[in-house]
Amino acid sequence: MINIEIDGKHIETENGSTVIEAAHKAGIAIPHFCYHKKLSIAANCRMCLVQVEKAPKPLPACATPVTEGMKVFTHSDQAVKAQKGVMEFLLINHPLDCPICDQGGECMLQDISVGYGAGHSRYQEEKRMVLSKDIGPLVSAEEMSRCINCTRCVRFGQEIGGKMELGQAFRTEHAEIVSFLSSTVDSELSGNMIDLCPVGALTSKPFRYKARSWELSRRRSISAHDSLGSNLAVHTKNNQVLRVLPIENEAINECWLSDKDRFAYEGLNTSDRLTKPMIKQDGKWQEVEWQVALEYAANGLRHIANGAGAEQVGGLATGGSTLEEMYLLQKLMRGMGSDNVDFRLRQSDFSADGKQQGTPWLGLSVADISRADRLLIVGSFLRKDHPVLAARIRQAVKKGLNVSLIHSADDDQLMHIAHKTIVAPDALVNTLSQVAQAVDAKQSDGIAGSLLSGERVAVLLGNFAQQHPQASQLQTLAQQIAVSTKGKFGFIGDAANSVGGYIAQATPGAKGMNAASMMASPRKAYVLLNVEAELDCANPQQAMAALQSADTVIVLSAYKNKALDYADVLLPIAPFTETSGTFISTEGRVQSFKGVVKPLGEARPAWKVLRVLGNLLKLDGFDFDTSESVRDEALEGVDVSAKLSNAITGVEVKAEVSAAGMQRVSDVPIYATDAVVRRSVPLQATADAAIPKVWMHSEELNNIGVKSGMNVKVNQGSGSVKLACCADDKLPKGVVRIAAGHPATSALGAMFGTITVERA
Amino acid sequence: MLSQQVTTLIDKELKKYPADQRQSAVMAALRFVQDEKGLITPEDMSDVAAYLGMQQMAVYEVATFYHMYNLKPMGKHTLTVCTNLSCTLCGSGDTVAYLEKKLGIKMGEVTADGKFGLREGECMGACIDAPLLTLNNKKMCGKLTTAKIDKILADLEGGKA
Repeated sequence: MINIEIDGKHIETENGSTVIEAAHKAGIAIPHFCYHKKLSIAANCRMCLVQVEKAPKPLPACATPVTEGMKVFTHSDQAVKAQKGVMEFLLINHPLDCPICDQGGECMLQDISVGYGAGHSRYQEEKRMVLSKDIGPLVSAEEMSRCINCTRCVRFGQEIGGKMELGQAFRTEHAEIVSFLSSTVDSELSGNMIDLCPVGALTSKPFRYKARSWELSRRRSISAHDSLGSNLAVHTKNNQVLRVLPIENEAINECWLSDKDRFAYEGLNTSDRLTKPMIKQDGKWQEVEWQVALEYAANGLRHIANGAGAEQVGGLATGGSTLEEMYLLQKLMRGMGSDNVDFRLRQSDFSADGKQQGTPWLGLSVADISRADRLLIVGSFLRKDHPVLAARIRQAVKKGLNVSLIHSADDDQLMHIAHKTIVAPDALVNTLSQVAQAVDAKQSDGIAGSLLSGERVAVLLGNFAQQHPQASQLQTLAQQIAVSTKGKFGFIGDAANSVGGYIAQATPGAKGMNAASMMASPRKAYVLLNVEAELDCANPQQAMAALQSADTVIVLSAYKNKALDYADVLLPIAPFTETSGTFISTEGRVQSFKGVVKPLGEARPAWKVLRVLGNLLKLDGFDFDTSESVRDEALEGVDVSAKLSNAITGVEVKAEVSAAGMQRVSDVPIYATDAVVRRSVPLQATADAAIPKVWMHSEELNNIGVKSGMNVKVNQGSGSVKLACCADDKLPKGVVRIAAGHPATSALGAMFGTITVERA
Repeated sequence: MLSQQVTTLIDKELKKYPADQRQSAVMAALRFVQDEKGLITPEDMSDVAAYLGMQQMAVYEVATFYHMYNLKPMGKHTLTVCTNLSCTLCGSGDTVAYLEKKLGIKMGEVTADGKFGLREGECMGACIDAPLLTLNNKKMCGKLTTAKIDKILADLEGGKA
């Protein structure tokens, strides 16, 4: 620690920090544009010039390291003169079109020019003009003349996003921010460039001209689209969500937000929103009053439970449902006498149930990932499945974290991966088992060597590993490796409430059926919560067959979806922006939120709908007035942190003999993960939302006599689809990569297993 | 694809820098490409980026920053005239006007026969010889007068450059 003085105030600060950091710590504001605490120092805007004693000229506070006894003056005549001079230069070429600029009211240039700008401009000549650019459906670069060339967006791409998609081309007054060959910016974190841009050059395309910033109400919320639990500020006007911004939380999302969280709101009020209860009578859908629909639903359930037996009723929810919703769903099921309830719709191996002691979770806190020095990631499309977590890992890699990957596809994670093993899905257990043996044998190279040389080791199982048909064996092996390396192990949850679902007890007990068995041996009645069965289930073919053969299917959904084909009652429920609720993030953080707008039309929060269903079925314990009382009951006497445990015993690890034929590898594309995201028009216009292709090794394509780009016919189970194929020589031989969760592939079967591909 | 000659030259250049700082060779690499082809296309920039393990956008930044790199064909002989302050004070405006008239092209253009290209340059650090121009970024010609310009062009026409 060293002592300096800023504006006469004594400050103790860390050696190696800069003047601007010391000033901010002491609450002294220094005007700046290009400086950002999460980005490297560029020192190119010169706005932060300050006077330093004994220095002949003003110095940039962002790039001046503190020294013992330094005296800094941020408001002296010399400093203010320098700052005003810089301001005048910055404004020379700025269009000053604040009245029509989306940044108006929340613009750093506007704010700082109030303090340091002159009342009028001395510059009479023509201003420079920079042409607009089209960099994709999310970020608008329509008014690049506003750009002050701070290069925050460029540094964000280089340092946080992992790929330099924007750069500053040309020089002097011709310098401008461009993308290479005018391509689009495809980063899954690109929206953060909008937040970083201190002026109105990069703005939100979907939000463009929708509202002025001061007209918006800001409400806190929690992300519903991945398991990190990012903190959101939802901005609303006239009972409509108009945009979503991050709330800084260093322990979770830092100051970032994924594009999925930021732009999913565009899918909230689409034309297929379900706004009135509907029932199907004589094969025709008709809108009815809530009372009619609820009684119809209750009667249907009562009829099956009393007739065929309660075990013929099954309840399914998505992992993005709130704790309260899932708690009431399981309470409803168990109240009727059925133990069939589950939320793990994409999981295919449930053999861990009963063998694991607690609720599977991340195994360490999100912040601890930044402090780990060795990380093994098993079965994860990390960057697309968990964009903000991947960004955190990317930063840790730069500080020395050594990452190894075992997976069935080799997508570029835009970070240095020290060791990787890419094998077919049926070889995954064997590969991990070899690593476990190598760790026990104290092998000094490869993945084992990397893990053994670390002090803070973590093994993380991704979505792919959780959906894998031998998930429990992978879990057992991960545990073995973690024990041998004195590290931690855990799951990166695949949905906003993948921990919450367990805590809410929305999993079957010993007698009940899990998500897969409810589909494999069809039930007579189903209650679906937020589920789009053809997209959300591990095996859409089987799920659709089961639902179509059921006597009664009661669907609680925010949208009119494919359920129109198989459902009997559609109950309009509120998405997460219109209901209060709780998500428990993958690190076990319990975060409650309130609805930010009123439910659309006659839609109602699902917890209320389930409560009334419970009342109509005359079940005990359904007298809740608020979602908070549901949450309190669900968490009563539950110490969430004590429940979290990935420990597993009694699973035998056996290397499977590899099956004949091609195996399917499935990812759920980043913008196909849940109902809201699937309907967001801007997200669906991105490169990541392109129609899925059939990816195979080029030798495998040769074997069936097709070339990259040609159409192929893919057969699995009873269905087939025609899609374009594409070569990916980084895939192992013998696998076909086809996305799941997408309408173009929903006619196919399970996410894993054998599949055939032939010339179309 | 970068030619064998270019990669050989780049490899030689890389020996000057630490192994983990391959991007230090980017300016030289671009120069080798331009010497071979007369210009640097975006594909060349991608190839250089891949060869040096850089982001292609970073190579693009370098290629667009320096005036010595031709991003489009600039003729057999590229005349780069300095128009910065010292040269302007010493009459580079007249130099440019004379060259434009004599060659029948404007700044940034190439004569119809593809022989001469004319472009604006930044300070070449030899203000004592202002006004000045460079030939193909290799040879500097200073203290320019109309007679001297005539001679330079005649020599180039005659193949004596």
